[in-house]
Amino acid sequence: MIGPGTQLEQQRRLLLMDRSRPGRRGVAMPGLDVPEHDLPSADLLRADLPLPEVSQLEVVRYFTLLSQLNFSVDTNFYPLGSCTMKYNPRINEDVARIPGVAGVHPLQPTEGAQGALELMHRLQDMLAEITGMVATSLAPLAGAHGELAGVLMIRAYHHSRGEAQRTKMLVPDSAHGTNPATAAMAGYDVVSIPSDERGNMDLDALREASDDNLAGLMITLPSTLGLFDTGVLDVVRIVHEAGGLVYGDGANMNALMGRAKLGALGFDVVHLNLHKTFSTPHGGGGPGAGPVCVNQTLAPFLPSPVVSEEEGEGGSWFSLDDPQQSIGRLGGFQGNFGVLVRAYAYLRSLGEDGLKAVTDNAVLNANYVMQGLRPHYDLPYDRTCMHEAVFSARRQEAQGLKALDVAKRLLDYGIHAPTMYFPLIVGEALMIEPTEAETKETLDYFIEVMEHIAGEAMEDPETVRGAPYGAANTRLDEAGAARHPDLRWKPAS
Amino acid sequence: MTLSSHPYIPNTQHDRQEMMRAIGVASLEELFEDIPAGYRNPTLDLPPALSELGVKQDIERLAARNAHVGSHRSFLGGGAYNHFIPSVVGAMLNRGEFLTCYTPYQAEVAQGTLQVAFEFQSLVSQLMQMEVTNAGMYDGATALAEAALMACRTTGRSRIVLLDTISPYYAQVVCTYAEPQGLQVETTSALTADVAGAACLVVQSPNFFGYLEDMASLEKKAHADGGLFVVSMDPTAMGLFKPPGAYDADIATAEGQSLGVPLSYGGPYVGLFSCKEGFLRQMPGRIVGRTTDTEGREGYVLTLQAREQHIRRQRATSNICTSTHLVALAVAVHLATMGKQGLKDVATACYHKAHYAAQRIAALSRFALPLEGVFFKEFAVTCPIAPAEINHRLLERGIVGGLDVSNLIPNGMLIAITEMNSREDIDGLVDALEEVTR
Repeated sequence: MIGPGTQLEQQRRLLLMDRSRPGRRGVAMPGLDVPEHDLPSADLLRADLPLPEVSQLEVVRYFTLLSQLNFSVDTNFYPLGSCTMKYNPRINEDVARIPGVAGVHPLQPTEGAQGALELMHRLQDMLAEITGMVATSLAPLAGAHGELAGVLMIRAYHHSRGEAQRTKMLVPDSAHGTNPATAAMAGYDVVSIPSDERGNMDLDALREASDDNLAGLMITLPSTLGLFDTGVLDVVRIVHEAGGLVYGDGANMNALMGRAKLGALGFDVVHLNLHKTFSTPHGGGGPGAGPVCVNQTLAPFLPSPVVSEEEGEGGSWFSLDDPQQSIGRLGGFQGNFGVLVRAYAYLRSLGEDGLKAVTDNAVLNANYVMQGLRPHYDLPYDRTCMHEAVFSARRQEAQGLKALDVAKRLLDYGIHAPTMYFPLIVGEALMIEPTEAETKETLDYFIEVMEHIAGEAMEDPETVRGAPYGAANTRLDEAGAARHPDLRWKPAS
Repeated sequence: MTLSSHPYIPNTQHDRQEMMRAIGVASLEELFEDIPAGYRNPTLDLPPALSELGVKQDIERLAARNAHVGSHRSFLGGGAYNHFIPSVVGAMLNRGEFLTCYTPYQAEVAQGTLQVAFEFQSLVSQLMQMEVTNAGMYDGATALAEAALMACRTTGRSRIVLLDTISPYYAQVVCTYAEPQGLQVETTSALTADVAGAACLVVQSPNFFGYLEDMASLEKKAHADGGLFVVSMDPTAMGLFKPPGAYDADIATAEGQSLGVPLSYGGPYVGLFSCKEGFLRQMPGRIVGRTTDTEGREGYVLTLQAREQHIRRQRATSNICTSTHLVALAVAVHLATMGKQGLKDVATACYHKAHYAAQRIAALSRFALPLEGVFFKEFAVTCPIAPAEINHRLLERGIVGGLDVSNLIPNGMLIAITEMNSREDIDGLVDALEEVTR
């Protein structure tokens, strides 16, 4: 049925295979400039290649239309806690596409890749400096991949000392969501450590769990409560005294640059999310990069490869090396180089003063938002926060609403939802991270909208419960999606 | 310290004063008092900050010291290939709405990202002729490693059998993933493979050397004792050769780099991961499903999340979180633009050009083709002198030579040819090989 406003909806519904018409094409390939060679026997060959046949404009218009259905940092304030949705500088995209960056083959002899290797070496050094560590491997391909690398290094360390009985990995209840799954992938038994009433780790519980079977502790600092654990030195000491090692989840590094170094606090290994703190775009779910930085204890176990520098006659020479007792190779090649280049560009854009300013303004912005929201939402841990603040929608729950409803209502005001229901220890959690990239005016607007929604929750909870109204879709049936999986295009039967 | 203004940090001195007043602190220092005193405010010994222009010049200077596919004729493969990428791909990737959004947890405002993932799952399923596909893995190697782990979960068995012709890089990644979970990894030849009691037989075709495996007989072998048939393949080969689904593969994986993704010295790439529908709930990674909203309109959501780390915690099928969605977008746009004809054209061009190159090199008096069988776009040659030395000399002549595999084949080199190598390039390589080994 044709009518005003139907076009978008109709345009969107057709998948590429539905749009396909025999004979259309999106690009023409050149003719063959060599003699044809006999094809192998027909039973090896494919009879039909069921891919779409669409014109180039159709491709451009379709994907452009889809892009317009997204919220993004470029178009919206995105206070998604723990995800550090800061500005993704465009210069970073430009430099990642320079032919001498994008066109370098990963297996090229090192003599043809000295520039790439030098860039990686510089980045290794800079990340080690920021975290207070001595060595870095850029090999992990995402945050959780870096976590896996960190935990596998801890395991390799214990095995090298004949202490394979250390199979217990402690994970505080305020740690990142991926941590328990990561520990399990490394073959560890996961033991959860509770938080105390101030949001710090419960030291008595930690002491009790720290026995001869302790492999290590995975700690997120600041925690997912957005709090700096004031007992961190005791935490590290207890774990070390029991023979365990400390892994730091560096996802929240935006709170610490130039204010504290995890290596100095006694951490043994830390992974970084270049797609959070170091401004590489998140891309709707990657690519990221999760470099691991380690102290002297764990340096021999770093994943392969690492870039090493040698002084020669003609200056420095860079090569890819396998650390002595490496946990091995984590991916096909040496890491997500394109992401590394973007992070390198970001670090060079900021330098020491700039990175400190990033952290200071990120923490200032978070505290400003916390102060502004305090009258309207419950604040379970009322302390100075770091880069993010965790509220609870408990007050709104009394009106029959959930954190989800508040979050969805924000979308109608052009603001992306905060992280919800995380950390698990806060009921109806709303985790808010504004980052340093936003103006005070944007933060003021956000506070005003959140206040307004708190008012709506009191006076007109039904409106909040039905949100969003202005997005491409209203709330979607997730339970139905899981019950009856419809996961790809299928020909009309 | 100074807080001079920076393009990425908008707060002015005045803003900061007002915000501190609102918070009730006199200085920024007060916000950091939870950090133990002796550990606060370390110096960061970093290179000085550069302007945007300075950053560009710095990286251009480094880039100028790399050989690349624009400056050199390249014949290097080994799992990453120089293929044509239509301009449409870059244009779509550069859209900020795709580039700068997060994982689509808020489905209502992430329909673009989600529908793209659904397209990716659909197109990859079509290409592989497989029933279900996830939204992407980190790369081809990790996709294969996760496939092997999944085979172990699904069968309740702990032995992974790898054919000795799979990429040694991939085999290493499988070992890195499998060993901590107490799984055994064995490498055997196709002839002697013993799959009794094994979780899976893992096969790459075309294999690391570029040659097709005997998929029909390997499939029978893999399934003989209830194990799974796990396949890694080159997606461009699917434009010409039978896909893994035609060989009853249980899990099919691939490196997606050849489908619209630049070489970028090793990443970011994307792993393709498909399987039979019956194994769906054991799959790692994100999966997007189609559903309806409260108004009855179609829409897309992340689904089957009960498999994932943030719900299932330590019992998840994988710890994967941030993956490679944007690269999957590149693959989707690439497959849409190349389409049925374009991908066929690429595959046939690779095949004919590679065979032209192989015949010409084999005709050189001191080179030979040591392997029998059907190859696609990459093949092995044996050289009269060490391949590393040949490559060094080729580089001086503006050529990036083939992959040195002398650790696997005496004086062996793998030569990769794609549609990007003209006949003139190939003739130039042949002449240069003769010249540098004379």
